[in-house]
Amino acid sequence: MSNAETTLQPARKTDLKKYTMLIALVGLMLVLEVLTLVVGDSKFLVNDFFAPTNITNLISQNSYVVILAVGMLLCILTGGNIDLSVGSGVCMISAIAGTMIVKYQANIYLTIVVCLLVGIGIGAMQAFFIAYVRIPPFITTLAGMLLFRGIGYIILGGFTLSPFPDEYIRIFNGFFPGSGASAGTRVTVTMAVAAALCMLYIAVALITRGRKISKGYPVEAFSAMLVKMVLIIAVILAVFWLLGQNKGIPVVLVTLALVIFVYQWYTAKSVPGRYLYAMGGNEKATIFSGVDTKKMMFFAYTNMGFLVAVASLVCIARFNAAAPSAGNMYELDAIGSCFIGGASAYGGVGTVGGSVIGAVFIGALNNGMSILGVDANWQRAVKGLVLLVAVLIDVQSQMKRGGGIKGIFGLKTS
Amino acid sequence: MREITKRFSGVAALSDVNLNVERGEIHGIVGENGAGKSTLMNVLSGTYPYGDYEGQIIFEGEECRFSGIKDSERKGIVIIHQELAMVPQLSVGENIFLGNERRTSTGIDWDRTFEESGKLLAMVGLSEDPHVPVGNLSIGKQQLVEIAKAIGKHVRLLILDEPTASLNDEDSNKLLDLLLQFKKEGMTCILISHKLSEVERISDHITVLRDGRTIETLSKEDDTSEQRIIKSMVGREITDRFPKREPAIGDVSLEVKHWTVYHPDYDRKSVDDVSIYLRKGEVVGISGLMGAGRSELAMSIFGRLYGRDISGEAYIDGARVDLSTVPAAIKNNVAYVTEDRKTSGLILSNVIRVNETLADMDRVSYHRSIDADLEVQLAEEYRQLLNVKSIGVEDTVESLSGGNQQKVLLAKWMFTQPDILILDEPTRGIDVGAKYEIYQFINKLVGQGKSVLMISSEMPELLGMCDRLYVMNEGRIVAEFQRGEATQERIMTSIIDSMDKGKGAKEN
Repeated sequence: MSNAETTLQPARKTDLKKYTMLIALVGLMLVLEVLTLVVGDSKFLVNDFFAPTNITNLISQNSYVVILAVGMLLCILTGGNIDLSVGSGVCMISAIAGTMIVKYQANIYLTIVVCLLVGIGIGAMQAFFIAYVRIPPFITTLAGMLLFRGIGYIILGGFTLSPFPDEYIRIFNGFFPGSGASAGTRVTVTMAVAAALCMLYIAVALITRGRKISKGYPVEAFSAMLVKMVLIIAVILAVFWLLGQNKGIPVVLVTLALVIFVYQWYTAKSVPGRYLYAMGGNEKATIFSGVDTKKMMFFAYTNMGFLVAVASLVCIARFNAAAPSAGNMYELDAIGSCFIGGASAYGGVGTVGGSVIGAVFIGALNNGMSILGVDANWQRAVKGLVLLVAVLIDVQSQMKRGGGIKGIFGLKTS
Repeated sequence: MREITKRFSGVAALSDVNLNVERGEIHGIVGENGAGKSTLMNVLSGTYPYGDYEGQIIFEGEECRFSGIKDSERKGIVIIHQELAMVPQLSVGENIFLGNERRTSTGIDWDRTFEESGKLLAMVGLSEDPHVPVGNLSIGKQQLVEIAKAIGKHVRLLILDEPTASLNDEDSNKLLDLLLQFKKEGMTCILISHKLSEVERISDHITVLRDGRTIETLSKEDDTSEQRIIKSMVGREITDRFPKREPAIGDVSLEVKHWTVYHPDYDRKSVDDVSIYLRKGEVVGISGLMGAGRSELAMSIFGRLYGRDISGEAYIDGARVDLSTVPAAIKNNVAYVTEDRKTSGLILSNVIRVNETLADMDRVSYHRSIDADLEVQLAEEYRQLLNVKSIGVEDTVESLSGGNQQKVLLAKWMFTQPDILILDEPTRGIDVGAKYEIYQFINKLVGQGKSVLMISSEMPELLGMCDRLYVMNEGRIVAEFQRGEATQERIMTSIIDSMDKGKGAKEN
C-alpha cells in the first residue's frame, strides 16, 4: 500500500478548479441527454443529445468558437484585457475570402494565405495601438468592431456569397474517410484512428512517467494515472464510435487539435507564455524582472488577429457562405468561454484546456437548448447567467486573496 | 489620546501612546520613519475605526468612538495626508466640496459651491478662480486648496501629515505662516514633519515618538534644539541584533559617476550628480529620509526603471558598462531587490517556482522552451538556499508570511547569479527572526566576494550591517561614513545641515 500516502495528499486548489469545470461539463451533457430523451420534440431533426449526428454538429458548430477562445485567452492573460472585434474580424475576412474564391475564382491556397496575412495585419494594427500608443484594449477593439463590420458589409455590398467550391469545403469541413466509403469501412477506419490515438496517448504518458521516475521527480500515484487513462481512452473511443456511425472524422478536428496543441505548449511550456502569465499577475514586477511587457501585449493581440483569420476560414466552410452577418456575437462566446473555463477577469490565470472546456460548455448549452426547442431569447438569458456565475466565482476567490475590504482600498500601514 | 495600542497582524505599531493636545495650539509630532506617527493620526481620524485599536480618544471632553473618517469629520477633526487626495480633473470648487456637496432640493447648488469656495480660497490666501481644474495648480497651491477644503468642513482640529514634504521653501513658509494665523483664530493643529526647524518654529508643544511609544513631550520652555530632539528621536541602544562578520574588502566592483536623474513628471532632479562606489566583499548603506532619492538612484541605475534624462557613467570592475535595460543589467550580474515586494517584486497570486525563475528564464529553458523538471529542481534549490518556509515550490506566494515572501524575492534575484546586489529596504515589515536570517544571508554573500548596496530607513540596521555608509538628502550625497564613524546623531545632523545649507544657497 505504498500508494496510499501519495493519494491521500490533498488535491491542489487549481487542479480542483480544473476538474470542477470538467465535472460541470459532463453533468451538463448528461442533463441535456436526459432532457432531450424525455421532452425532446419530434419535429426537430434530432431528439437525442448524444446522437451521432448531433456529436458531429457539436464539433463543427463549435470549432471556430474554440479557436477564438484560445486566442482570447492570451489577451485575457495579459491582465483581463479582451478583444471585442473578433466577430467583426470574422465577417471582414470571410468577405475577402468569399470575394476572392466565389466572385473571382481565385486559387484557394492563395486565398488562404491572403486571409491569414490580413488577419495578422488587422491584429497587428490593433495591437500597436494597445501596446505602444496605450489606448485601452476595450476602446481600440470597440473601434475595430465597428470598422471591420463596416468594411465587411462594404466588400459584400450587403449580399451573401455562396456556394464555395467542394475543394475548399473539404479542407475545413470535410470528413475522413470521404463520403465514398461504405458505412462499414467508415466505422473501421474511424475506430482504427481512435485506437492509434489511444496508443499514442498511453505511450506518451508512460514515457513521461518513466523519465520522471528515472530522474527522481515526484509522480502521481499509479492508480490515479490508471483511472485517468481509462477515462480518457473511454471518451476517445466513445466519441469516435459515434462519429463513425455518422459521416466519419471531421477534418476540422485536425485544425482544432493543431491549434490546441500549439497554444497549450505556448502557454504551459514556453518562456514567452510564462511572461504572459507573469504580466497578468503583476505587470510592474514583470517589468522589473526585465520582461518587455509591451512586446507581450503586442504579440497577444496580433496573434488574436491570426486566429480570427483561421476561425473565418473554418466558419465559411461550415456555412458554405460568406455573409454580412457572419461572426455576429462571436466575441462574446469567446470571452465567455475563457471565463467559464476558469480564466481570471484580472489576468494571469487561465489555461487553454479550461478555455476549450468553456467553449464546449457554451456550445453544448446552445446546442442542447436548440434541440429542446428553447426560445432563442431564453437561450441568451441562460448564457448570460452562466457567465455571471462563472465570473462571480473568480471574483470571490480574488476577494479572499486581497484580504477583504482593506485589501481593496489598499490601506497602508504607516 | 490615552494609551493607544494598535497592532498589525499581531505586531504592535503603537503601544500605550499618550498624546495631549491643548485647544488652540500647534502640536508637533516628530519621529523616525516607522515610529508610528501616521498610524497614530489614522487612529485619531477614524481611518482605523473604533475597536481596531485599544485605548481612548477624548475630544473636547467626551470620548469618541469613530467608525470612519466621515464620523471624525463631523466632530471637526480633519486629516490632510502626505499624498494629496484631490481629483486633478475636477475644478477647485468641486474638489473643495467633494463628499460635502452644497445641495439644493434637487441636486448640487453650483452657484453656492463656487461662491463659497471662492471665500474659502481667500481665507488661505489664494486668488485662484474656483472653476480651474486642480491639476493646473502647483503642488504648493494644491496643498492650500486641501486646507481650504478642511476649513469648508468646519475644522476644529486639523492634522497635517508632512505638509511641506513636496513644497519648496517659499511655499513651505507661506503654509507655516498660514497655520500660525489660524492658530490666532483659535484652530487647533497637529503637525507631523521631518523638518525639525519647521516644527520648532511654529509648535507650542513637540511630542517625540519612537518605536510606537511616546518618548516625551517638550514645551516651548524646554530645550527644543534640533540636537536635543534628534537624540530623543533616535536614542535607542543597538543590541546584538546583527550577526558579526570579519570584513574582507577587495577591489572596486561597481562605480557610478556623476549620476543625474530627472523626475519623470516634474522638471526637477530626483538624483543630482551622485558618485558612489562599491567594493567586493563590502556592504555599503545609503541612509536618508523618505523621498531623499535613494530608491530613485537605485532604480535609475538598474535598467533605468525610474526617471528620464539620465546622465552619468557606470563602471563594473573598472570597465564602463551599459545598464540601460533590465536584461543588460542582469547580464552584467547586477540585481535590484525592490523595496515593495507586493507591487513591484512578486506575483503574489502565482507560485514560488514561477516567481523564483522569472528574472532569468534562460537558466531553465532551451530554445525558449521551458524544461519543467529542471525548473522545479532549481526552484527547490533556491527555496532551500534562502530557507523559505513552505510545503514546496508550488505554494502560492500570497500564502506565505511577509518574511518568507521577502526570502522568495531574494531567492528570485539570487537565481540570476548576481555579483552586485542592490537591496532596497530588505527587511521592511518583517519579523525579527526573518530579519536576522536575511542579515546572515547578506554576510554570507559578501563573504563570497559579492558586493551589497543596502538602502534602508532603519538606521540601526545600516549601522549594524554596513562597512561604509552614504547619507543622501534631496537627491544628493551629503555625507559618507566608515564603519565606526557613523552614529545616528551624526547622520541626522548631516541631513539637517544639508537642508540648512541648501536653504542658505537658495536665499543668497
